[in-house]
Amino acid sequence: MLTWRNMHVTVRTVSGLLNSHRVIRSRECMCAHGRIRTFTTGRILHNKFFKDLENQFNAARDKVADALPGSQWSPFEMNPNLPPERADIVIIGGGVIGWSIAYWLKKKERVRDGVKVIVVEKDPTYSQASTVLSAGGIRQQFSLTENIQLSLASADFMRNINEHLGVLNQEPVDLQFNHSGYLFVANESVAHIMEENYSTQRFAGAKVSLLSPVQLKEKFPWINTEDVALASYGLENEGWFDPWTLLNAFRQKAISMGVIQSIGEVTGFNCTLNRMDTVDGETVDVKRIKHVNVRMPNSREYQPVECAIVVNAAGAFSAKLVDMMGIGTGPKDTLSGMALPVEPRKRFIYVFNCPDGPGLDCPFLVDYSGIYFRREGLGGNYITGTSPEEDAEPDVSNLDVDHEFFQEKIWPSLAHRVPAFESLKVTSAWAGYYDYNTFDQNAILGIHPLAQNMFFATGFSGHGLQQSPAAGRAMAELILDGSYQTLDLKGLGFQRIMAKEPLLEKNIV
Amino acid sequence: MWNCLIVLVERAMFVLYGSRFAFRVNMAAPLVPLQRFCKLASLHVCGRRRLWSSSVATPPSLYKRLLLALTQRFYDVEILLNWRSQLKSQALQKKNAYYHYTQEHYGDNVASAYFILNMHGSFRYAGQSEWFRSDSSGKFSWDFVNQKDSLLEEVDLGHTVINQMGLGNLVGNPLRTLSLRGCHEVDDWALARLHVFQDTLEELDISCCPHITIGGLAALRNLKGLHRLNVSSLPRLGSPGLVIIMLEEMLPLCQVTAKGYDLSLTQLGGN
Repeated sequence: MLTWRNMHVTVRTVSGLLNSHRVIRSRECMCAHGRIRTFTTGRILHNKFFKDLENQFNAARDKVADALPGSQWSPFEMNPNLPPERADIVIIGGGVIGWSIAYWLKKKERVRDGVKVIVVEKDPTYSQASTVLSAGGIRQQFSLTENIQLSLASADFMRNINEHLGVLNQEPVDLQFNHSGYLFVANESVAHIMEENYSTQRFAGAKVSLLSPVQLKEKFPWINTEDVALASYGLENEGWFDPWTLLNAFRQKAISMGVIQSIGEVTGFNCTLNRMDTVDGETVDVKRIKHVNVRMPNSREYQPVECAIVVNAAGAFSAKLVDMMGIGTGPKDTLSGMALPVEPRKRFIYVFNCPDGPGLDCPFLVDYSGIYFRREGLGGNYITGTSPEEDAEPDVSNLDVDHEFFQEKIWPSLAHRVPAFESLKVTSAWAGYYDYNTFDQNAILGIHPLAQNMFFATGFSGHGLQQSPAAGRAMAELILDGSYQTLDLKGLGFQRIMAKEPLLEKNIV
Repeated sequence: MWNCLIVLVERAMFVLYGSRFAFRVNMAAPLVPLQRFCKLASLHVCGRRRLWSSSVATPPSLYKRLLLALTQRFYDVEILLNWRSQLKSQALQKKNAYYHYTQEHYGDNVASAYFILNMHGSFRYAGQSEWFRSDSSGKFSWDFVNQKDSLLEEVDLGHTVINQMGLGNLVGNPLRTLSLRGCHEVDDWALARLHVFQDTLEELDISCCPHITIGGLAALRNLKGLHRLNVSSLPRLGSPGLVIIMLEEMLPLCQVTAKGYDLSLTQLGGN
């Protein structure tokens, strides 16, 4: 029995062999340049003949392309994920600020491939990035003129976003912008600050209106106006949008314009040092970055990228880069002791559901007690949060949410302001970092006096996303033109930190 | 000799089409012309494109597919098409520009009236019953120039190319009725600019505008004096029934008209 079966098999195999032999020969006939082909050595079944032929033809074509000059082939195996060895500008940080700067740099270069820009991002999943964890609001109700101008310019950018970031033949960019406006509510003690801010905002061109408690109750019957003295309501260019869409739009457009994205972590810098004496007789080390060491994820392999300019857009982790350079380690109150006053601060956002809550006209309400909330979608969901007290800052080593914080600090104020929120159910929560400027809670844009070619675009303290398009343009102007062209943001430079004159923003949420 | 020809053809194919797709080669007929490759190539690419853009309701026409295929392969075509779309949008912005000259020399009202007539819209002054409009060839009578002090009350800009910039020309008029029916350029940002009419506007028609979404309808929160609102046939509203209810809640005095939606309750899978 066994021998019968074996014989049967042998006959089949013999006939198979004969067939394949014929097939091989016929293939060699047809493909006359077959000297370089036929990688498979095994038996080929007759019915897979055409599929294999196609694969082998592709392989042949690839080999021909590699052999010709101008191809990427090299006899040494290189890691294709390494950033290039040289670049003009290295942007450290792939959040919305980093990609906005990259886009504007490419937009402003006057010749094709005029500047070689690399954006280095250590976490492609953006799990800890402030951009994607933000509430996504945009407002012009600030007390500082520079902040108002930045937000207005960013709103103008988003108004025509498809003109700026649209790619031909792709879907138009849909930011899902909700034009619901911000509503700031003040009691007697802070009402005068609100009035001052109102005149600053109107002067800078923001469309804001002041409401008395009676008008407020008429417009929003669900608010408790018991202790309200004044309210400030945004009429236009205010609301919230989807940060992930904006980030991706910037990224896709920048990559289509030639920006190189590199996934890796910056582990160090190679700098040259210039020991100089200041007017006051202090000896300082002025550093110029020559190479940025970018380390690949999960590996010890790194690439020193030679560059002319480095942009620090690392958000909450910007201070680490400054420490790597060795700046800010001198004695306090001296130039060499001036570190970057930006540190990560953890903030929580809670999502809750309240079926009887405010409807479509619910603005982004910010109470004087510090709590804020806004509508999310149409199903009675809202998101809320607040800034904790200075001395009760949560631990920043992880992004775990403290649910007790909601019960103790947020819910009472929420229920006081909107009585319908007395009965609600928290459905989810998350935490994110603010790149908190401990000096005056405003952006730091410009060059550090001791780091000659490192530009800073950090310290936005919770309003980076809404100012990102305009801040990116300002940085690009600073880098390529040498000075600000459209908005004068010299007041947001390092000068104020050196002179110890804080530019306080009174409307921080 | 055959070797050389086939290598040349193969190299040409690589140069022209790159490594973007695989194509079948019928080696039994080595003299097969390039057009054959083209047809196969475009079909392959079209098939792929249809898979990608599942949001497109109808498949694009042959002309559009051809343009797309050429754009993906040639920089020149891409740059030309970019220029074309830029010129189109620049022409649109020019049409919607602020009528600064007219406003300086004749005043706000005449400037607004001139703008509306240029956009092929129509309007009616307060206290008069006659509508000013342009005829089908774009000509209109210039009587409005003499009425510098008359205020616009009703404006019909339906089926025009007005966008959010163009609405800047209408600011300053106490409008009671505004129709933006079927305007393809009106989007959420245009609705956000309507807050300037919050004291006087009573009737608003924004039906059949393809770019309006729920975010823009939230901007109507300022128009508390609105009596009639028409939001029929807005294709980008996800859940129209819910949106209508929320609009009615937001604008208590308003009567919301919303036709052209399928408001039947759909069965979800499962229980």
